[in-house]
Amino acid sequence: MTKINMTVNGRAVSAEAEDRTLLVEFLRSGLNLTGTHVGCDTSQCGACLVHVNGEAVKSCTMLAAEAEGAEVTTIEGMANADGSLSTIQAAFQEHHGLQCGFCTPGMVMSAAALLKDNPKPSEAEVRDYLEGNICRCTGYHNIVKAIMAASGQLDAIAAE
Amino acid sequence: MYNFELVKPKTIDEAVAALADEEAQALSGGQTLLPTMKQRLAAPDRLVSLANIAELQGVSATGGVVTIGAAATHATVAEKAASAYPALAALAGHIGDPAVRNRGTIGGSVANNDPSACYPAAVLGSGATIVTNAREIAADDFFEGMFSTALDEGEIITAVKFPVPEAANYRKFIQPASRFALVGVFVARFADGVRVAVTGASNDGVFRWSEAEKALSGDFSAAALEGLSVASDDMISDIHGTAEYRAHLVKVLTARAVKAAG
Repeated sequence: MTKINMTVNGRAVSAEAEDRTLLVEFLRSGLNLTGTHVGCDTSQCGACLVHVNGEAVKSCTMLAAEAEGAEVTTIEGMANADGSLSTIQAAFQEHHGLQCGFCTPGMVMSAAALLKDNPKPSEAEVRDYLEGNICRCTGYHNIVKAIMAASGQLDAIAAE
Repeated sequence: MYNFELVKPKTIDEAVAALADEEAQALSGGQTLLPTMKQRLAAPDRLVSLANIAELQGVSATGGVVTIGAAATHATVAEKAASAYPALAALAGHIGDPAVRNRGTIGGSVANNDPSACYPAAVLGSGATIVTNAREIAADDFFEGMFSTALDEGEIITAVKFPVPEAANYRKFIQPASRFALVGVFVARFADGVRVAVTGASNDGVFRWSEAEKALSGDFSAAALEGLSVASDDMISDIHGTAEYRAHLVKVLTARAVKAAG
């Protein structure tokens, strides 16, 4: 067991973990932050997507010890300070960008990573960026719509 | 995944020392290795992370050569090599998905030599040089077959040096589930000739299509490929595509890459 330290959603955390502990296991079992989901556990689906030092990563395919000293943001850190939904989260709710909701934490984190680098993406860029996030309910349409809305571009797909 | 000891050296020398143990395995971005270990297809006693070694980072371009540190992620190459070697940057920017590109590295991909990976096509197609802690290896001598390379046990790739061609392009036909290349073709035109490297197609991993290189060196146009064909004997055949289909795709994608390279 090794003591692992990192900052998660702005809070310094520290916990013992085996070297083989995945970041997603550390978040879910070690810190009880169960908003980050394990879908496929094979790096395909993106339900486990979190930000490590501002970059989107699949937390099922990174060791917790590799995030030593890092700034990690999970879905639990996405809401506004007053507890209200962030712009992206509110857009997912407004535009019905989820059905079962299992993929949603990863979708929101992926959308946030995209909009940080590219605040006004085209619809094609949104779809391309979501390559590594799989949703089996929605057909992606309303997810894309929500992200376009969150970027202030609902007009761009208003004809749908 | 079985447990292991993770070590995080700060220098290449420390990493080489940590890898001297027979049961040790280098860990770069882990986008292939960690899933492989979860399936218990690999179970090293010790993982040696290469992520904290400053010497393995960075992208630089001087004198017509782009040098990529082995631990540079695909996202880094897509961004930092975009002006010096656009075809290479474009290839890096379409590997896997954004989150995978933020972790996966060029050194890891090249060392793994997955027969469907994109990078081996760029390395072989560019006639790049693989730099290790011990020596420099020409791409033509490096790739020795599916998941097999000229690397010795414990040898670490430190950088890959790409001579920048006059024109180049990579075309990939993706396997729709995995997003790996069902077939990918990298075409590079240099002053002294054209190189064509094919990934995804062969049971022996990445290879050069020499007939196409000869034809394109005389006439760099898709028309120069007419009449050529690729033997399907050694091609991969699976539920995603037959050997004949892959052989056909090699020619189609080569023509598309030539057209796109201009």
